Amino acid sequence: MKTLAVLEQRDGKLRKVSFEIVTAARRLDGSVDAVVCDTTDREGCAATLADKAKAGGYGVVVFAATATGRDLAPRVAAKLGVGVASDLTDLTVEGGGDAIVATRPVYAGKALQKLRVTARPAVLSLRPNIFTPDQRAADVTPEALSVTASGRVKVREVKPAPAGTLDVAEAQVIISGGRGLKEPANFKVLEELAQAFGGRAAVGASRAVVDAGWRAHADQVGQTGKTVSPSLYIAVGISGAIQHLAGMRTSKVIVAINKDKDAPIFKVADYGVVGDLFEIVPKLTDEIRKLHG
Amino acid sequence: MKIAVCVKRVPDSEARVKISPDGKSLDEAGVKFALNPYDEFAVEEALRRKEKAGSGEVVVVSLGPAAAQETIRTALAMGADRGVLLQTDKIPADPFETAKLIANELKTTAWDLILFGRMAIDDYNHQVGPLVAQLLDLPCVTAVSHLDIEGTKGVAEREIEGGIEVLEFPLPAVVTADKGLNEPRYPALKGIMAAKKKALEIRPVQAAAGAMEIVALTPPPERKEGKIVGEGAAAVGELVRLLREEAKVL
Repeated sequence: MKTLAVLEQRDGKLRKVSFEIVTAARRLDGSVDAVVCDTTDREGCAATLADKAKAGGYGVVVFAATATGRDLAPRVAAKLGVGVASDLTDLTVEGGGDAIVATRPVYAGKALQKLRVTARPAVLSLRPNIFTPDQRAADVTPEALSVTASGRVKVREVKPAPAGTLDVAEAQVIISGGRGLKEPANFKVLEELAQAFGGRAAVGASRAVVDAGWRAHADQVGQTGKTVSPSLYIAVGISGAIQHLAGMRTSKVIVAINKDKDAPIFKVADYGVVGDLFEIVPKLTDEIRKLHG
Repeated sequence: MKIAVCVKRVPDSEARVKISPDGKSLDEAGVKFALNPYDEFAVEEALRRKEKAGSGEVVVVSLGPAAAQETIRTALAMGADRGVLLQTDKIPADPFETAKLIANELKTTAWDLILFGRMAIDDYNHQVGPLVAQLLDLPCVTAVSHLDIEGTKGVAEREIEGGIEVLEFPLPAVVTADKGLNEPRYPALKGIMAAKKKALEIRPVQAAAGAMEIVALTPPPERKEGKIVGEGAAAVGELVRLLREEAKVL
């Protein structure tokens, strides 16, 4: 069973998530062909990928469950007459290739669904930051497909985020703030802590502060925001509503800083510090600066 | 403007998830259901587009059990004109089968715009909108947080990792809504009363089995109980030591 892995690039370089999906795709039986495709013409790109999948007789087509992958995968799948088994966090092959058994978080991670996929090809999207790239992952040279068909949906421009800001979906370290910050300007203390991590950290937010207009929706972690799995998640002044916990519970290490020792966030945190965040966070920033100094 | 909005009945985001004895589905006892939050943005956008155009119709379409009538009524109370429930007790595990049923319903009308939420907060599939678009051969833009429409030309912004993507597309089209697109209105009492009298057609449908089958639904692995390192700024030194030496994340 051959697998087609659709990789993502930025500024001409493969993104980290591309190595993750190569690693996961190689776990399936059979060979893996990797491709990249210009996504400016969305429909043209989807048509090119669907043609490639058909012509090559691939049994599996793998995407990353990123903003681009989530947009592209269903377009390609529908052209192939199938749906997408999306946002997978694990996958195995059953019966010598008869079916793929995929694991995916549902209800924002409050439960895990095991899905048996018999579609051919099986179109899958894999959640970022879950499949750790192995040593061979970098050893991949994707074929650059040229988009010939012209579609109706086109990217006119990409407005980059301000320099130095990292997307919460991609950051290794996330420092999230909630109502405990008291007012929008106080997020400065979290931004300073993020900067102390030297470009590896992003500032996230709870739904309460996003709904109050303090932070952008792009920063929201939780069931109606982003589901994240960083190495380190620091929840500051967040009580831990169930919809927030759902979005961050797969983080590798969770730290909670909250003045209420009974806050639910402490139930999922590996390490908790009880007290005034305006004293604790600046001290933590100093300590992290020393380490990275 | 003739606009269709496709909505889903989902467990409320604050709902606790209990698994049924069959080990494959949600135990719905005591669970509060709501209009999928992303679909609220879609409904609001439809209403604003119709208001701006000065005329038209907003039709709410949902695939789900009889109880999804309530979900449709919520959208009608916000101001949508009429509803269609594609009634089935079994929502297919394969989103392509869901998309086929919805596309089949939508194909008989010449819509100017078809709106969806970018995903449902229960199954996280992120795809019924674009699948339907493909089945109807309509252009599609997903996870839109800003939308401008002039005549038959649309410009949409969507968030990508590290930036905002601006896309151009012609109408008619399928657009899926992200948070940030608008601020959904709360149904006023007058709207709620009016919604009771609005037309809601019920059409029984039967989905094919499709090529995906749920074999198990399990609780996520428990996180092991953590520890309180200490109180106040004095605990920071120990916290940093633990993060370095025990958790090895610094």
